[in-house]
Amino acid sequence: MTTPDPIYKTDALIAENIDQYLETHQHKTMLRFITCGSVDDGKSTLIGRLLYDSKMIFEDQLATLEADSKRSGTQGEEIDFALLVDGLAAEREQGITIDVAYRFFATEKRKFIVADTPGHEQYTRNMVTGASTADLAVILIDARKGILTQTRRHSYLVKLLGIRHVVLAVNKMDLVDYDQDKFNQIVSDYREFADTIGIEDFTAIPISGFKGDNITGASENTPWYKGTSLLPHLETVSVEDSLEQAEPFRMPVQWVNRPNLDFRGFSGLIASGTVRPGDEVRVLPSGKTSTIDKIVTFDGDRDMAVAGESVTLTLADEIDCSRGQVIVASKSPLEVADQFESTLVWMDEQELVPGRAYWMKIGSQTVSATVQEPKYEVNVNTQEHLASKTLDLNAIGIANITTDREIPFASYEESHDLGGFILIDKISNQTVAAGMLHFSLRRAQNVHWQATDLGRDHHASMKHQKAAVLWLTGLSGSGKSTIANIVEKKLARMNRHTFLLDGDNVRHGLNKDLGFTEADRVENIRRVGEVAKLMTDAGLIVITAFISPYRSEREMVRSMMQPGEFVEVFVDTPLEVAESRDVKGLYAKARAGELKNFTGIDSPYEHPESPDMRIDTTAMTPEEAADAIIARLIP
Amino acid sequence: MANKTLTHLQRLEAESIHIMREVVAETENPVMLYSVGKDSAVMLHLAKKAFYPSPPPFPLLHVDTTWKFQEMYKLRDKAAKDAGMELLVYQNPEAQERGINPFDHGSLHTDMWKTEGLKQALDKYGFDAAFGGARRDEEKARAKERVFSFRSANHRWDPKNQRAELWNIYNARKAKGESVRVFPISNWTELDIWQYIHLEGIEIVPLYMSAMRPTVVRDGLTIMVDDDRFPLNGEEPVMRSVRFRTLGCYPLTGAVESEATTLPEIIQEMLLTTTSERQGRAIDHDQAASMEKKKQEGYF
Repeated sequence: MTTPDPIYKTDALIAENIDQYLETHQHKTMLRFITCGSVDDGKSTLIGRLLYDSKMIFEDQLATLEADSKRSGTQGEEIDFALLVDGLAAEREQGITIDVAYRFFATEKRKFIVADTPGHEQYTRNMVTGASTADLAVILIDARKGILTQTRRHSYLVKLLGIRHVVLAVNKMDLVDYDQDKFNQIVSDYREFADTIGIEDFTAIPISGFKGDNITGASENTPWYKGTSLLPHLETVSVEDSLEQAEPFRMPVQWVNRPNLDFRGFSGLIASGTVRPGDEVRVLPSGKTSTIDKIVTFDGDRDMAVAGESVTLTLADEIDCSRGQVIVASKSPLEVADQFESTLVWMDEQELVPGRAYWMKIGSQTVSATVQEPKYEVNVNTQEHLASKTLDLNAIGIANITTDREIPFASYEESHDLGGFILIDKISNQTVAAGMLHFSLRRAQNVHWQATDLGRDHHASMKHQKAAVLWLTGLSGSGKSTIANIVEKKLARMNRHTFLLDGDNVRHGLNKDLGFTEADRVENIRRVGEVAKLMTDAGLIVITAFISPYRSEREMVRSMMQPGEFVEVFVDTPLEVAESRDVKGLYAKARAGELKNFTGIDSPYEHPESPDMRIDTTAMTPEEAADAIIARLIP
Repeated sequence: MANKTLTHLQRLEAESIHIMREVVAETENPVMLYSVGKDSAVMLHLAKKAFYPSPPPFPLLHVDTTWKFQEMYKLRDKAAKDAGMELLVYQNPEAQERGINPFDHGSLHTDMWKTEGLKQALDKYGFDAAFGGARRDEEKARAKERVFSFRSANHRWDPKNQRAELWNIYNARKAKGESVRVFPISNWTELDIWQYIHLEGIEIVPLYMSAMRPTVVRDGLTIMVDDDRFPLNGEEPVMRSVRFRTLGCYPLTGAVESEATTLPEIIQEMLLTTTSERQGRAIDHDQAASMEKKKQEGYF
């Protein structure tokens, strides 16, 4: 352990003034988080450390732990914290956690529930389960190994399940001598990747779960790190109560409470918003309206209840309302529909049978639903889209789903409670899939539609991508258009939304008034830059193939874009090679003097000094070049 | 709009209530297992809250071993009456007939009275769902237990065949003959339980508070001599100021020496203590994976 920690209760306070201690602790908040990492990233060790530091283990458990450490531990004579949290007997032998386990610890400010989930590929289902209730994800990276395929997979799932807060815990810093450069490199690699999947923000912390660096307080071993330590961060990250409460009121009815003929209450857990007696409400899907009469609880009638509370409501009017229906604020009702696009995570050994009826449980309602053949499956490691006729265990796919009746719902993005669902096999009763609703397929019937001003980030995130400009520059005949074309086709296969701006084509329309003088060339590039900028605002990945011979114009275009959005790709082909190819016969014309201002002949080409990428077309096929560019875009 | 920040206890309470209502809505014949301990006390209190102003729409079931502390029997009957709930007490007739007891029969005592007794009681009344007060923080093997834990028709628990639980959606569907054990206080810790008891003023068995009680020491455990069935072999019980951190059959439950007579003092002692809750129970004193084996066999 490194520094004395103010995070935990001091025994002295407890001994001195237990009443004050109890008073403080009755006002704690709760944070649920998930830890994800690869098999040897030290996940169990980190959790064991958190439990150990917060005194959630006792002397007798410690004695067992010490004995266990000697028998099957991997840390020599030291205590193997991982043994504290590895559970089922069979797994212990293998030294691998293979299920979701929930651990608990508390500091002075918060109670924490940790979902410990495995790093193995075949256990996507467990990670999705653990992630479904998490407010925050700790993504562990072994400092020696950097970002791995598993890191990408975990991050993708974290994003898919809509976890708002991400911590990148670069672990085992002790094994890389607390090297700042190594840490910075990993963080910048991760930022680049995170951008591509839409994780906008994360907090990176250099730690050692084994040694305890930057867990409870700043470590002396990383004087260069000025950020917060892990636990103080977990203690202060927002739990979003106010966000939830600011949403419109929604409560799925769980149970109709009818003790006698004089009382009829509707019990449920408030999914969002706040409710007060006198509020006008609507019951969906029936659409009947009434007002809230009372908020009834065991502790007396309340004048307000908020998201996250379990209450019983009575209405002023006798209207039909039963389990499965949703009581909502009458002014902002939910959409009601029976056909949806959704993401499905398949969790059963028996694969999806398109067209078969499954039970769909969403909120407190259970309906019969059929799933169509998936539109595509997502490779969880590369996020690539694959054609698929079904989904098998741990597969993630996008599919349309039809219910046997209309149900009130929200998109998962809007509300996890009203947009998240499970599918249940009607024969085995197993939970076979977790699903997230995107939108209803009959948009014309929408009761209400999003009225917010959509920003550029919104456009991109709707396309599940990050906008970018792949700017290919090089001599005429260098292969820009050929490569650009292949890049676009490949991106399209990955379901990325792209647009290819080709130099020759643009000159047929937008820029047909421009010639090849230097001024016209500059204006040509300026206009193309502006068009590319509009397209990135629309969330597209723009691929351009222009000679763009001048450094300053290329830099001008770069400066129009958001930082990091502009990728300068130098398609480097020596003049002799380009001239010998001369696909369009232009070099011959230029040499013959029939064409003026031809780049490389009588007009200069300014080589990029430090392009983001250099493609040597004498050493690479266009296909290879395209792959290299995509790898740069989507690490 | 006025905001309200929910505390951890409010969140836990809302979650437990949500779980109980789901069970009542989706199963045919639920029951609440009631062992009279502090976890049962909290669970019963939550049930009252979940269904208020109705009484909880299920009975309480006490699977009795005939060897509980006298004070437990007293509170059991009172608590059920106060809640307006039916109390079912089940004692395994075979164990009764063979005179199974904790002194002569070792682990057979727990097997027959508790494990077998529970199965028989569930079969007798045809309960398809049973609430239990287990918590995930109690033991490593329990950390992975689901909130809804399905049992085959012969009550076996299959760790390989548990359903994923996502968000707050619980799949309660089951085949005929199968049953489900539901643990609504899964996410509560021992400290949460005590704080909640303190905050809500929930009545608990006085044995949790220290008092002078007649005790003897057996195999390192301080045992209270609660009735005259205890074989003393001439030994004179010693009056000690003791209390119990966990309650079971009195001959199997170790007391701790303590001066804590109020709830805050108990919590204080718990926070400063260094031995874990289950240590006072003779049942767990074998290898680490013992709870798992018991669970597979049908022990709660």
